[in-house]
Amino acid sequence: MAQIVSLAEAVAAAIHDGDSVAMEGFTHLIPFAAGHELIRQQRRDLTLIRMTPDVIYDQLIGAGCASRLIFSWGGNPGVGSLHRFRDAVENAWPGPLQLEEHSHAGMANRYAAGAAGLPFAVLRGYGGTGLDGLPGLDGQPAVRPITCPFTGERLTAVAALTPDVAVIHAQQADRAGNVQLWGITGVQKEAVLGARRSVVTVEEIVDVLAPRAQAVVLPSWTVDYVAHVPGGAHPSYALGYSQRDNDYYVAWDAISRDRERFLRWLKTDVFGAPDPAGLAGARAGEEG
Amino acid sequence: MSPAAANGTEFTADEMMTACAARALRDGMTCFVGIGLPSAAANLARATHAPGLVLIYESGTIGAKPGWLPLSIGDGVLAETADAVVSVPEIFNYWLQPGRIDVGFLGAAQLDRFGNINTTVIGSRYADPKVRLPGAGGAPEIAAFCREVIIIVRQSRRSFVERVDFVTSVGYGTGRGDRERLGLTGAGPRKVITDLGVLEPDPVTCELTLTGVYPGVTPEEAKGATGWDLAVSGSVEVIDAPSPAELSALRALQAMTPGGEGAR
Repeated sequence: MAQIVSLAEAVAAAIHDGDSVAMEGFTHLIPFAAGHELIRQQRRDLTLIRMTPDVIYDQLIGAGCASRLIFSWGGNPGVGSLHRFRDAVENAWPGPLQLEEHSHAGMANRYAAGAAGLPFAVLRGYGGTGLDGLPGLDGQPAVRPITCPFTGERLTAVAALTPDVAVIHAQQADRAGNVQLWGITGVQKEAVLGARRSVVTVEEIVDVLAPRAQAVVLPSWTVDYVAHVPGGAHPSYALGYSQRDNDYYVAWDAISRDRERFLRWLKTDVFGAPDPAGLAGARAGEEG
Repeated sequence: MSPAAANGTEFTADEMMTACAARALRDGMTCFVGIGLPSAAANLARATHAPGLVLIYESGTIGAKPGWLPLSIGDGVLAETADAVVSVPEIFNYWLQPGRIDVGFLGAAQLDRFGNINTTVIGSRYADPKVRLPGAGGAPEIAAFCREVIIIVRQSRRSFVERVDFVTSVGYGTGRGDRERLGLTGAGPRKVITDLGVLEPDPVTCELTLTGVYPGVTPEEAKGATGWDLAVSGSVEVIDAPSPAELSALRALQAMTPGGEGAR
């Protein structure tokens, strides 16, 4: 049964130094407020897992929370580079960042295998690419060939992802902690079911979850902590509650490009903003 | 290039590329769309000659009908206008992998003569790159499994290289027969649309060959902007400048885009 607690309590209870943490949400429903809370609680040595690291992991990487990253596309969507991610990889600032890199299809299948309790997933793909041959975080090849036992066809195997913690943002939970999300639902169901523990921030806590077409429902017994954090996906969005703040993503380019400016942003907009209701992000676009 | 169309209308290099890419799409096709110029081209096609074009974004939105150009592949307008929204594992496993999608649009940081694409690192050492690029995203499987691929990339000696530093997505590998050997079921790159013209694979060798240039561009300019000895077709077509209808449709899409002033 999920416990309904504050965001600070949920992060403190579920996420510890050294954990592997998947904060998912494919452009939509990215749990930014939970990311900021991780920065405020100064978690260290995390293995961050996300298909698209996005601005949320740029912030965590720049803040020194991560030593490893498992991902498939590390850009600022429609804008350009993630400068804190690049600075970590190219210059080891604020510390070295070890990478394990896949394609989106590979990552999606790895999550699905984790949710299914399988050690690996099978897909076509990776043939002829440089990704086939890159080491994983353990130094061993992250992608291995496998032969179909029925047809003899050569296919590709990728290892299951089973994070210590999954963190997602959803539109609604009820008072028993049942969670419902809709719109672009990404890999959140797979991430939560494949993880040992989970934290869900929500826009709204309702008496009864109204059935919705194409929604993902995570029953209370699949979730550990629910926190009520309206606006917790900003500058990403929650369909039905907010719009994607594209101006913020554009503004992030200049904030993140310079170390000093990024550190000022951390101080004012994360450490200086203990209220996690997404107000922190709203100010970033206004900074000189 | 000359920024003036035959009718005297001014246009930009991006508008020329976008119009050229839009013309490569036929009505009724299913199209896997990336953000930026590909999305602008696909939406221009849908607004002009291909109203039945089916736009599929890797966020799981199938049949999206945005009235403007989204900044990301997951903007709300895509989900709100889609025929169906599916999970990310599903979009790759059920829709892309089996070869259900006609055409995929890809960009590139580096491209070689066989249409292999690098979007991962610049520099010869992966672990210590000169420039860390975003990485693969959905591109390797789009390149592998869409029935055909269209690549949109600005042409320069820096981006059109003899050998890509990292093969993120496979075009024709080392030449004819490689795709079959690697199990890549789609046909591979059909066109490379640049800011100078169009390259197409040689039907025998699969080597990219200049087959078209924009008004005012010479084949020599295209060769000069290529880091290998670019093959030139015996009959290089001069591609029509964007028509007034194409320009007005594209600019209308951009004008509708909240906070946006152009195809990014």
